[in-house]
Amino acid sequence: MAELNSNALTRPELVCPAGTPAALKSAVDAGADCVYVGFRDETNARNFPGLNFSRKELEEGIAYAHERGAKVLVAINTFPRAGRPELWHQAVDDAARLKADSVILADIGLIAYASAKHPELRLHLSVQAAASNVESIRFYAERFGVRRVVLPRVLTVQEIAALNPQIRPVETEVFVFGGLCVMAEGRCALSSYATGQSPNMNGVCSPAAHVRYVDTASGVTSQLAGFTINQFGHGEPAGYPTLCKGRFVANGKTSYLFEEPTSLNTLAMLPDLIKAGVTAFKIEGRQRGRAYVAAVVQAFRAGVDAVLAGRPLPDMDLDQITEGGRQTTGAYERAWR
Amino acid sequence: MTDDTCSKLTLGPVLFNWKPEALRDFYFRIADEADVDTVHVGEVVCSKRSPFFAPMVPEVVSRLAAAGKEVVLSSLALIMSERELREARELAGMEDVLVEANDVSVAAMLSPRPFVVGPLVNVYNEGTLAYLESLGAIRACLPAELPAEIIATLVKSAKAEIEVQAFGRLPLAISARCYHARSRNLAKDGCQYVCAEDPDGMAVDTLDDEAFLAVNGTQTMSYHHLNLLGELGQLQELGVRRFRLWPHTADMVAVAALFRQVLAGAVDPQQASDQLAEFCPRAEFANGYIHGREGHLYVEADA
Repeated sequence: MAELNSNALTRPELVCPAGTPAALKSAVDAGADCVYVGFRDETNARNFPGLNFSRKELEEGIAYAHERGAKVLVAINTFPRAGRPELWHQAVDDAARLKADSVILADIGLIAYASAKHPELRLHLSVQAAASNVESIRFYAERFGVRRVVLPRVLTVQEIAALNPQIRPVETEVFVFGGLCVMAEGRCALSSYATGQSPNMNGVCSPAAHVRYVDTASGVTSQLAGFTINQFGHGEPAGYPTLCKGRFVANGKTSYLFEEPTSLNTLAMLPDLIKAGVTAFKIEGRQRGRAYVAAVVQAFRAGVDAVLAGRPLPDMDLDQITEGGRQTTGAYERAWR
Repeated sequence: MTDDTCSKLTLGPVLFNWKPEALRDFYFRIADEADVDTVHVGEVVCSKRSPFFAPMVPEVVSRLAAAGKEVVLSSLALIMSERELREARELAGMEDVLVEANDVSVAAMLSPRPFVVGPLVNVYNEGTLAYLESLGAIRACLPAELPAEIIATLVKSAKAEIEVQAFGRLPLAISARCYHARSRNLAKDGCQYVCAEDPDGMAVDTLDDEAFLAVNGTQTMSYHHLNLLGELGQLQELGVRRFRLWPHTADMVAVAALFRQVLAGAVDPQQASDQLAEFCPRAEFANGYIHGREGHLYVEADA
């Protein structure tokens, strides 16, 4: 653990996912500073069946959060479809009207729209915009008044620490827990190559409608759109076939070529991330249930509070809620590359 | 009735790690023999590769320009380190050449000078296209996954020239992690430049030996080669006037000639496709995206 002068540190906000109104309440009750949500359509990157918010649910969710001192951020972070940007424009207009604390956007055209139409609305740059350097971040800040950038999961902690002083007063938000993209976000079409549906165009990656588990003599094969993504022996739990977390054959060798089925967990790195001057910590998982949200929020709330108080990190076991029970610190450590 | 004579061909940047001499000789032959209007030069995928070819760039650029080709210098796609940023600024500072921005940061550096938007910048709709035009974009090569219907909408609203990818393995994703190095149990920092062993990319198969993807260092590509010979006519009807061919080790002079002939209506697209298969004997073709389908599919012309 890095040496820290806890007096000099800014307390980062915890930004927590909510796929349903119940999860929003759980997150707020568990100590989230901010909750991020999406509308129930393809305007957001977790466009999954049974998930997300109607306008009325958002209004009620914002009221619940604001009464308890928490903020609500609305992710409108897919890329509007040419010829019918109205759905995305309406989403921005409605978020502004319902007094969302910010909108999280990825598309340049949509950001330009929001900036011109709602100058008072706080703009956050989605991870899907993959702004990975100071010039990109300044572009969004200077041209559109973007106040916070969710950094793509490609930078090391050292790079983030070097970046922050160069872009102030623009804030950075980083992912600290949950599923992780191994590709630069918003710059990956693997899902549509296999299934016809992508994060950028449809708000989905490796969508469930294309998933099949096929029984074989040796166990179970998981498939995505007919492509074998992994094979499991009898009695072995068959994981979800997310394309980039599958086993493939390359150079005569079978391996998890892109990434193992694993979850990001940075609890042990919290002191370094806080020291790097990050404003907000983001937890992935709008598709996850209330129990997940509550457990992760509580763990990171305790972790952040411990670091700020100069205490050692509490020993917390999040194995039960990580993908395949495996954890990584991802791109934050250079050796990952 | 479309005016065939005004359709242009772009040879995109070489995305693979070719040996510097081989790359130079490739461009010399393109300059002397290839019937293409525009040629891109520059490292898009991995900044570790660029120092080796950089000394040859001026010579290659002059040879191409002397042969009457428009030369475009392509930027890196994923810019993270100070060194990568510095190199991008140097590129953007070269005022007498046209530059292709493959990251938003480079577009910002180039503005208000005229520039090309590369296919690795997300242009999905007319709002984004209009904003990039206001910055100085005079041409935009569209992302791989867009269907013809969206391309048509963009062409209608565009002031900039719209370019569509038409041949070669599709760039599908970029990462900070090097999968070529990882396939050899190496880290990116000590990669030994193993990506040079696969001049058309490393095939990635599923566990039941189905060809699926290809890896080119930090880039993930389609296993299949895009082949839009059968769709060129339709795209010309929609108003697309520029098509991009991605360089491979196949005879690109011959590949370009085939596309030129089909664009001019001089050869039947199916016949040309059969010939293309002879030029790329191990390649499988795909055209699904343009039909609004899975990118790996090949949709027959009549389907």
